[in-house]
Amino acid sequence: MTTAASPNTPAAGPGQMESQAPNDQFEDTKIRIQGLSVGYSDGTESLQDISLDIPANQITVLFGPSGGGKSTLLRTINRLNDLADVVSLEGRVLIDGVDVLDPKLDVIELRRRVGMVFARPVVLPMSIRQNLTYGLELSGEKDPGQFEEAVERSLKASALWEEVYDRLDDPAVSLSGGQQQRLCLARVLALEPDVILLDEPTSGLDPISTGKVESSLQKLKQEYTIVLVPHSVQQAARVADYAAFFLNGQLVEFGMGKELFVHPQDSRTEDYIEGRFG
Amino acid sequence: MDKTLKLGTSSTAKRRVQRLGYGLMTLAALVTVLPIVLIVVHIYSQGLPAISWEFLTAFPSDGMRAGGILPALVGTIWLTIGTAIVSVPLGIGAAVYLAEYAADNRWTRAIRIAIINLAGIPSVVYGLFGLGLFVLFLQFGTSIIAGSLTLAIMTLPVIISTTEEALRAVPNSFRVVSISLGGTQWQTIRRIVLPQALPGMLTGVILGLERAAGETAPILFTVAAFFLPRLPSSIFDSTMALPYHLFVISTQVPGMPVKIQYGTAVVLLSFVLGMNIIATIIRSRARARRQW
Amino acid sequence: MRPIGWSEVIITALIKVAGYSAIIFVTLIFTFLLREGAPTLFEVPLEALAQTRWYPIEDYYGILPLIGGSLIVTFGAALFAVPLGIATAVYIAEIAPRWAREILKPLVEILGGLPSVMLGFIGILIIVPFVREALDIPTGLTAFTGALILGGMAIPTIVSVSEDALDAVPKTYRDASLAMGATPWQTIWRVTLPAARSGVLTGVMLGVGRAIGETMTVMMVTGNAPVLPTGLRSLFSPVRTMTATIAAEMGEVANGSVHYHVLFFIGIVLFLISLIVNLTAASVVFKQRKRSERILS
Repeated sequence: MTTAASPNTPAAGPGQMESQAPNDQFEDTKIRIQGLSVGYSDGTESLQDISLDIPANQITVLFGPSGGGKSTLLRTINRLNDLADVVSLEGRVLIDGVDVLDPKLDVIELRRRVGMVFARPVVLPMSIRQNLTYGLELSGEKDPGQFEEAVERSLKASALWEEVYDRLDDPAVSLSGGQQQRLCLARVLALEPDVILLDEPTSGLDPISTGKVESSLQKLKQEYTIVLVPHSVQQAARVADYAAFFLNGQLVEFGMGKELFVHPQDSRTEDYIEGRFG
Repeated sequence: MDKTLKLGTSSTAKRRVQRLGYGLMTLAALVTVLPIVLIVVHIYSQGLPAISWEFLTAFPSDGMRAGGILPALVGTIWLTIGTAIVSVPLGIGAAVYLAEYAADNRWTRAIRIAIINLAGIPSVVYGLFGLGLFVLFLQFGTSIIAGSLTLAIMTLPVIISTTEEALRAVPNSFRVVSISLGGTQWQTIRRIVLPQALPGMLTGVILGLERAAGETAPILFTVAAFFLPRLPSSIFDSTMALPYHLFVISTQVPGMPVKIQYGTAVVLLSFVLGMNIIATIIRSRARARRQW
Repeated sequence: MRPIGWSEVIITALIKVAGYSAIIFVTLIFTFLLREGAPTLFEVPLEALAQTRWYPIEDYYGILPLIGGSLIVTFGAALFAVPLGIATAVYIAEIAPRWAREILKPLVEILGGLPSVMLGFIGILIIVPFVREALDIPTGLTAFTGALILGGMAIPTIVSVSEDALDAVPKTYRDASLAMGATPWQTIWRVTLPAARSGVLTGVMLGVGRAIGETMTVMMVTGNAPVLPTGLRSLFSPVRTMTATIAAEMGEVANGSVHYHVLFFIGIVLFLISLIVNLTAASVVFKQRKRSERILS
């Protein structure tokens, strides 16, 4: 594995990274995670006492070896973990100051505001258009004008409009893998969320499709807060405004993407970036 | 003799055993299947000549030794519809519960054991139960409603297990995506899971109803009438039914013309086979069209 | 706009009720059998029930001949159905070329769907005379005739459950056996079939369980003589099963009479037999699932 870090990286980080992110690190913190621990029923503790501030209108990358807890964190933010066998859950996840782990919270509304794109493109077994309007229909929207507007807007934002505008009623499975994944992104955008979570969205895609998704994300961050689990360190380095390195359920290091990949503070981060494990 | 030759001979012996074994298995399969084909061909060849418009639309006459089978045919259709009205929503509901809602705990295991037991209870015991609960205790009398309810409960396990299988075949990623887009669990089930599972569910429902349509023992004491000179006019009337009619004319009526017996058998067999064929077609077409 | 509303709550509740309906029905069935059958124990002494004479008109309620009749017919059916069913399953799962499988599977399914009254009808017209002439016995309405047809009715269950079990045997087992120089035939006997044995056993139990409960066919072809079978010879004379007794006599008894209660009592016996057979089969299935879950996790 090659490394994205520059060759003049210092040999070792000087000191232990303060795992508690400093308060009010950002002018505009979108998601504040405080002391979050998540454990599954099979006994593995997937996240241990994570604290992290995720800034608005930036791409924040969560990276590290698999099993480190990145997906768990994503799925906790939009409460998709409710479907899993979570036995212990501590800490808080605040979005715009509201604790989304509050049992009384309206999770449906939360998931509409926090969209998610998965590793494998999962298009629903219906037409391209219906895939895009599905979320709106669930929310009770009935106005065909709204649907039209959402379809065009979301397809343009995910750079898919030119390729499919003349066959919106074709089954979505007829699209190529890369197109399907951009459709999945568009499907999330159709709901006009605040936050977009992406869990290795390009892991199954060819380099060209990957490039299209990444450049869409760069445009989208002007309007959305983006949290991405990349499928490689290279991708992490390419797209990260901010980056967080996860290892065995712990947050090892968090910082500006440009800094972290060039001068990692923690030796474990450095080892990982340089491809010595993981 | 060198070693290679020895190896050669022993493997010929092995091959002979293998050929014999395979032959026996093939024979067994033929012995199992051939009678089915013969029975079906025999019934059609003997019974088809008896089938006419009049046979299907006339009442039996001359102590059932002449005329048609209209009331039995109509009765079986009513009973099948009645069974479907009760068992389809209930069975699909139970399957949705098991596949989509139920946690893997003691209660769920109890439900599964109950379903396995329902499937194994002898049909005549269902008849007793229907007599005890619906005919006598609830005072429905021997009636279409009592018979349909009895048949419906008997059909339930088939519908539940095939429907659950169809629901579980729908990829879980669809559910996760729908939930992540702000769908509630029921919205996800109604808009994604049920439509995708529909062909499998239909197949199961039809196979379940096929069994109900052909059953005799559960309707003996709950609905079936030996002979009625009119069609049922309400769900509280008793009715004739094809399977029971075939039983009656093949054991209870002396001097019964064989032609009418075979004709009745053909109609019953066509009813059952027709449902079977429809189920098979739905299944294979859905497989060809499936997008996942 | 709010999707989680009353409708979702109501629908979820309805689905849950439907989910539990199976338990409700099993309980209801047992309750009503008890309600109508339990009075037997106060009206007929147990010794009288354990007699060999069934002649209700004169108040003889010995149910031993009926139990014996059910057992001998079922035993005879198992004699045909078990080897044939397993062999057919092996053929379909392991040996048959694809085209043969495509033909055999739906045919076996059709056999499973044939109404029992139709098989009884064929039995009366064809098999009964055939048995009488072939074996040169006074009547073809015998336990043997019933067993022959019941065996056929048990086969589809045995085949489909066994075939599933054979299909579930991992391909690696077979490959390992073949790689060690075993012939395909040896592999079937020594590896595949033993590996699938609990599934095959479940199929056999469910199939035979179905045979015990079968009603119309046995009523039509076994002659219905309530005589206690005394040996294999009884296979070739008329018998009467528990199911046939209920079916034949329930229509003629007065509700609430002793005879009526005894018929329900026989129903309880049948219910308990099927309960035991199915609980045993279910426990095999559950144990197996647990084992595979352990291996997988």
